[in-house]
Amino acid sequence: MPLSNPPDVSDVSDVIVVGAGVVGAACAYYAARSGLTVTVLDRGPVAGGTTGAGEGNLLVSDKEPGPELELALLSTRLWQELARELPARIEYEAKGGLVVASDAAGMAALRKFAAAQAEAGVTAEEIPAGRLHELEPHLAPGLGGGFHYPQDAQVQPALAAAHLLRASGARVRTGEEVTAVLTGAHGEVRGVRTAAGDLHAPHVVNAAGTWGGDVARLAGAHLPVLPRRGFVLVTEPLPRVVRHKVYAADYVADVASGSAALQTSAVVEGTPAGPVLIGASRERVDFDRTLSVEALRRLAAQATALFPVLARVRAIRTYAGFRPYLPDHLPAIGPDPRVPGLLHACGHEGAGIGLAPGTGALIAAILAGREPPVSPAPFRPDRFGPA
Amino acid sequence: MPGSPSEPYEARERCEACEPYEACEPYEGSQQHVASAPSEPYDLAVIGAGPAGLAGAVTARTLGLSVALLDAAPRTGGQYFRHPAPGLGAARPQALHHDWAEFTALRRRFEESEAAHLAHHHVWTVTRQDDDGTWTVHALTGPDAASGTPARVRARAVLLATGAYERQLPFPGWTLPGVVGAGGAQAMLKAGLVLPGRRIVVAGSGPLLLAVASSLAAAGARVPAVVEASGYLGYARSPRALATSPHKLLEAAVHGSALLRHRTPLRTRSAVTEVHGTDRVEAVTVSRLDRAWRPVPGTGRRIACDALAVGHGLVPQIELATGLGCATRHTPDGTHALALDALQETSVPGLWAAGETGGTGGWQLARTEGELAAIAVAARLRGLPALTRSRRARDLARRRDRMRAFADAMAAAHAPGPGWTSWLPDDTEVCRCEEVTAGGIREAAGELGARDARTVKLLTRAGMGWCQGRMCGAAVACLAASGTAQGTVPPSAERRPLAVPVPLGTLATGPEEPGTT
Ligand SMILES: Cc1cc2nc3c(=O)[nH]c(=O)nc-3n(C[C@H](O)[C@H](O)[C@H](O)COP(=O)(O)OP(=O)(O)OC[C@H]3O[C@@H](n4cnc5c(N)ncnc54)[C@H](O)[C@@H]3O)c2cc1C
Ligand SMILES: Cc1cc2nc3c(=O)[nH]c(=O)nc-3n(C[C@H](O)[C@H](O)[C@H](O)COP(=O)(O)OP(=O)(O)OC[C@H]3O[C@@H](n4cnc5c(N)ncnc54)[C@H](O)[C@@H]3O)c2cc1C
Repeated sequence: MPLSNPPDVSDVSDVIVVGAGVVGAACAYYAARSGLTVTVLDRGPVAGGTTGAGEGNLLVSDKEPGPELELALLSTRLWQELARELPARIEYEAKGGLVVASDAAGMAALRKFAAAQAEAGVTAEEIPAGRLHELEPHLAPGLGGGFHYPQDAQVQPALAAAHLLRASGARVRTGEEVTAVLTGAHGEVRGVRTAAGDLHAPHVVNAAGTWGGDVARLAGAHLPVLPRRGFVLVTEPLPRVVRHKVYAADYVADVASGSAALQTSAVVEGTPAGPVLIGASRERVDFDRTLSVEALRRLAAQATALFPVLARVRAIRTYAGFRPYLPDHLPAIGPDPRVPGLLHACGHEGAGIGLAPGTGALIAAILAGREPPVSPAPFRPDRFGPA
Repeated sequence: MPGSPSEPYEARERCEACEPYEACEPYEGSQQHVASAPSEPYDLAVIGAGPAGLAGAVTARTLGLSVALLDAAPRTGGQYFRHPAPGLGAARPQALHHDWAEFTALRRRFEESEAAHLAHHHVWTVTRQDDDGTWTVHALTGPDAASGTPARVRARAVLLATGAYERQLPFPGWTLPGVVGAGGAQAMLKAGLVLPGRRIVVAGSGPLLLAVASSLAAAGARVPAVVEASGYLGYARSPRALATSPHKLLEAAVHGSALLRHRTPLRTRSAVTEVHGTDRVEAVTVSRLDRAWRPVPGTGRRIACDALAVGHGLVPQIELATGLGCATRHTPDGTHALALDALQETSVPGLWAAGETGGTGGWQLARTEGELAAIAVAARLRGLPALTRSRRARDLARRRDRMRAFADAMAAAHAPGPGWTSWLPDDTEVCRCEEVTAGGIREAAGELGARDARTVKLLTRAGMGWCQGRMCGAAVACLAASGTAQGTVPPSAERRPLAVPVPLGTLATGPEEPGTT
């Protein structure tokens, strides 16, 4: 297209969001609600990235006090609102989490963790060993006790992303890969390029998840997003044998680990459709989809240790996904001071479904020039410096 | 057969068995048919005991390799050479097979080969050891995988010969009792000598329909019509491929004359577009199709019947390989088969494939490929590249190329037209396991932004149930892709990392394997 021609109006919007995963969908939803015109681009289908591989745990229970927990608590409130605004088919369920300790020492650690969380606004109720079976009748005997987290909830990630996008009214263009970020004379963002042509907007939001580092690079910015693989096991459909999200206390240590080695602590939960989901392992092996029998072994062993009745239940499928992982385990959210007009909303690792609405609300507030609902400072995208 | 490892034999005259391969050099590999210790891997694990796997196992033994042949079924033979269980007392399986004598000869050679036959082994995944590249084949054993005890078989090379399963394209009424897969009907007949009904319409597309119809007729059923969605004119477009495959022509003629003898009309460019009946099939409506397989309005005709045997060709069963990242190719009839090199090796070194896993092509092609693959494996493991240049290997490769070309021409003639989904009203159930209708899938593809079967699955649960999309996968992919450039071809092979369901207790008890991924 010759430069002198004014761009076609349909190619112009206030914001372009790159990525139609749950984070991009939430950014589009809240930006549109702030009165901005939004175009969402994805090289694949809606929810075709990590969102389609996520489990949909919306957890506060696994987060220690700090910026991520703050964002999670905001998101928890926003998910409750969304559950009213979006169709019931997103399968939002405020089922609560149950974290169990295997012995008294584990219970003591858990108690300390929960006390700190309570000061940050998390509700947690101690469940002595003798009462565990009231909450989960099929739990193994002999556990040390646990904590019940009523704020933990559940959503079906792909449906949530699809319905957020539909409700946003944004223009959604799937099957179009962003190959360049267009910039003006002063390095400011002017839009993006795809095989179908140039699209113009003064703001581009990088919501490309695990591929966020690549999109940042297109704009000349460094963002070290890495993939962290996870496997999920899915069983045959069952009547409700697991009522909450149940996991062993060591999960928290795994999540916070920076090690590349395989870590597993199974979160076990039932779904409305019947299958029990068991997930997920964590390991850094680049984008390798090859089945890891060892990862499945550990997931199955941990799930059957918590729920012995599951031993005879069959896994009918398993799948892998690649979490978008930043070295300090915090997402990158907000404007990139190195490239005016570029904003990032990626790197949410294993919590992107849960943190999506808070991220979207934060991005929308920044775009609209409003007071942000939580401080964006800890999520500064340029905190990793140049490559 | 070569002697035991403790007694390496001297160079000697070529033995009769491996004469064709021009290879009787002594072999220092493991030569006993059962690995001596559990720590000792087999040279070759063959998965699937159909014609491809049998031929592969026999040849590998002949070339001195130790071989384990695993199959979920109790007996060898695969999809086509099923035989009644001995207890049924049903004589004369040969009456249903004109190739029976050839098959029994192959089976006898296998039985004499001292390869380990691991029947009732349901393989759920194959993994590779990081350090030395040894393969581990993970299986559940027993008649029923669900209650099976776990087994692992280690091998230095793997030959995947898992065959194919039948493709189904749904239509209103396809869930009624009395509607059976065409291949399933034939399998039932061969394995138990039972018929799905007395008046059976055979419908769908592909050369197997004729074979199924003549078997059913030979077993005493009335076949009021064979309904084929394509024409056979497509074959004429590849006269060269046809002319060089006399065996196929012969076979078609045999089926054709059998049908004539039973006075079965063949309706081409037609499809069953609806099944009638309350508790079971009472009749079907057959409509004419246009070139795109759209039913021509006003052409529907009712045919009374009590069963319908239907199938639209075969889909290669390749999940064990795609789980390992093997490359695939589009077949001309819109499925995905493994991409193989000239010597049957997949894109993952050390993993070979033969038979329907590389595309549908009939049993002669399957056994040819099995033999060729085994030669390639022996050449690699024994460090004898010359084996692959033997006259036998060159002959096999030529035969394979000829039969593949024919198979591809045939597949092209039977490729589903893009218009078939127009016989599918919104309320027809497409995914039977999860009860998802055509309308639900269309909504996900249209309004919710799913563009492929995987995303449709995430948004509707179609394909998430017990059969893991084996029944509905083709249909979901077509519905998801309609309106996009891909047309009716699913964009990628389906991934099913667990080839069969595995109890969590079994998954949990595997030994810790730090070096295994
Ligand atoms: C096994 C597993 C279990 C998980 N469980 C949970 C859980 O229970 N709870 C939770 O909160 N989180 C969970 N997660 C994490 C969660 O799935 C992710 O954090 C989240 O999905 C990230 O969403 P996203 O929108 O940032 O990325 P994605 O969903 O990956 O979306 C990014 C999109 O960007 C597109 N894209 C990339 N590059 C380009 C380009 N150049 N042009 C156009 N488009 C492009 C991609 O196609 C993709 O669709 C889990 C993850 C895994 C792997
Ligand atoms: C109805 C019908 C009629 C046919 N008629 C003819 C004909 O007239 N002429 C002709 O040439 N061909 C015919 N064929 C085709 C013929 O069946 C195939 O070409 C031939 O069987 C292919 O051989 P194969 O060895 O590749 O696979 P198959 O014969 O399909 O064998 C595959 C084997 O792998 C096993 N297996 C698969 N997965 C696993 C697993 N996970 N674990 C353990 N074991 C596994 C199966 O149990 C099976 O025994 C017909 C096929 C059908 C369905």
